[in-house]
Amino acid sequence: MSEAPAISVSGITKCFGGRTVVDHVSMDIGQGRISGFLGPNGSGKTTTLRMICGLLIPDEGEGTVLGLDLATCRAEIKQKVGYMTQRFGLFEDLTIRENLNFFADAHGLSDKKRRVTAALEQLGLATRSHQLAGTLSGGWKQRLALAACTLHEPRILLLDEPTAGVDPLARREFWDEIHRLAGEGVTVLVSTHYMDEAERCHDIAYIAYGVLRARGTAQEIIRDSGLVALTGEGPGADRLAPKLEKRPGVAMAAAFGTTVHVCGEEMGALREAVNEIAPEIRWHETEPTLEDIFIHLMRQSPDNSVEVAA
Amino acid sequence: MKDSLRRIWAMLVKEFHQLRRDPVTFGLVVAMPLIQLSLFGFAINNDPRHLKAAIESNDSSVYTRTIQAALKNSSYFDLVPVTRPGEGEEMLRQGKVQFLIIIPPNFSRDLVRGDQPQLLVLADATDPASTGNATAAVEQSVLSGLRHDLIGPMMARAPPASPVDVVIQRRYNPEGITSHNIVPGLLAIVLSMTMVTMTSISVARERERGTMENLLATPLRPMEVMAGKILPFVAIGVLQTIIILGVALIVFGVPFQGPAWALAIGTLVFVTVSLLLGFTLSTFAESQMQAMQMSFFYILPSILLSGFAFPFAGMPSWAQWLGECLPVTHFLRVVRGVMLKGWGFGDTLTQVGVLIAMGVALAFLAAHRYGDTLE
Repeated sequence: MSEAPAISVSGITKCFGGRTVVDHVSMDIGQGRISGFLGPNGSGKTTTLRMICGLLIPDEGEGTVLGLDLATCRAEIKQKVGYMTQRFGLFEDLTIRENLNFFADAHGLSDKKRRVTAALEQLGLATRSHQLAGTLSGGWKQRLALAACTLHEPRILLLDEPTAGVDPLARREFWDEIHRLAGEGVTVLVSTHYMDEAERCHDIAYIAYGVLRARGTAQEIIRDSGLVALTGEGPGADRLAPKLEKRPGVAMAAAFGTTVHVCGEEMGALREAVNEIAPEIRWHETEPTLEDIFIHLMRQSPDNSVEVAA
Repeated sequence: MKDSLRRIWAMLVKEFHQLRRDPVTFGLVVAMPLIQLSLFGFAINNDPRHLKAAIESNDSSVYTRTIQAALKNSSYFDLVPVTRPGEGEEMLRQGKVQFLIIIPPNFSRDLVRGDQPQLLVLADATDPASTGNATAAVEQSVLSGLRHDLIGPMMARAPPASPVDVVIQRRYNPEGITSHNIVPGLLAIVLSMTMVTMTSISVARERERGTMENLLATPLRPMEVMAGKILPFVAIGVLQTIIILGVALIVFGVPFQGPAWALAIGTLVFVTVSLLLGFTLSTFAESQMQAMQMSFFYILPSILLSGFAFPFAGMPSWAQWLGECLPVTHFLRVVRGVMLKGWGFGDTLTQVGVLIAMGVALAFLAAHRYGDTLE
């Protein structure tokens, strides 16, 4: 990457009521990249996104967005960033067109009518533009929200769990749209819980309870995880997971259909454990999945989202 | 500047559409002043007449008949004769009558002899306001009634002429018509209720519906959001004012002595201050429910301490200070001043000045509280 990163934050920290929600997170996101932002619920993903788009001021740390300082240029950043909230944040008692008109006016866009009409056509909502936004289905709401936050042609898109509760086809179309935008040079930071979506990103950032635990492409994360995995096939393999998980050397075990998937940190110990429990099953080495790694990371991280009574 | 106006326009249009799709709220805006006016305008009377008075007459003569007729003619009393001893006290205790008037035995004889007989008037003073004026009317009507009978040889018994001729002029509302005072006051009360409640809910609603985050993520500045939310309600305030003044002039015949434009300016300032107050309250509220409770917390003192319901001068000074802090207090003076006392714009300046100062302070507080972040 020769050019400056579109988003660059270093050591940003946010505390709410004495609880550190985001703890010294640093990351760079290159222009035109799609970065997946993963992590358990309450791990600080939304807070990080809000700090990047100027909705929250970091307690510590600094950063730039498109070269603009996070601490001093929040108004300019808001004009160049598109932020899609986790909860549907458009006005449900306004029609689709009225919602888009609002965002066009709020951003002071020239050529409002043409842009809104173009957005409606691209959405496939041109004929339903007078429908109230609140009456749309989940998938359509998502697409409308994306259209609203891209209307001003932002250079950066921050999407907070945009596809939660959306059906696979709508999700596929949504991701096609994100890739199309990235192709035009838009930088995207998208938080998600779906592994298949993580794999559609150029790179991934994994945050657990405020701490950035892994960063890189999917291959890099798998390579650097230090985990190894085995898949077992045979009669009753899928029922072995609970037994396997208790063995030393097995980090986790889970049934996948009729097979069982185990992983651990060392192949020798893993083989020993599975052969002891289920020698009759055919075991073969596989690559650990992103899910394996994330669950492993999550279990290693202390959950500070629940306050422990002193 | 042009961008800023465009952003305010965005908010205005949005608020307008939302209001348009909420016909119940809009209906209330029109119906509330009408309902309140017809309820309070007709119902409240600070000078109650035709109060029930039991009369226990233990004597019968031209004088006692004159006294009864005089009491009746004062229009304060409707007389109910008492048939047996003790019945009058019982009626007073049970609240069937507000007064018991006892004419003692030998009243006329004592009167003629010059023994200055007593006429006992017992008033139910549980609620002092309701019997006050009537009590004051008793002596006056008895004396002026008897004066006609105390002629010829009885002239000596007639009350002597007062050494001083006290002249009382009831200015601005000579007939003491309560509705002339209440109805203009209702303009202030209805406007505060609508303006404060509706704006206080509006920001809380953005927060509750999750649209606040989106508003904050746009380039909209706090002052622009405020302007966009306040301006549509100014129009509503104007509509309510027209309705209330129309009813006041046509139905209640309230006089309008001063210049209309002086009242118009005062009203616009007051509406804006109320809206800013509502907006400020809403920045403290996390939900619409809390916003409602806060505005009620404001409305009640506005009715009780502002001089709308009870005399302002009758309150202890600490309560008067509290009252001075309420925008309604100052607007009440403007409305009553312009409509009843014929105040010109110059006369309203002190009150309007206080209102403007309140508005400026509130605008800064609200903009500071609203902020451009989620914190």
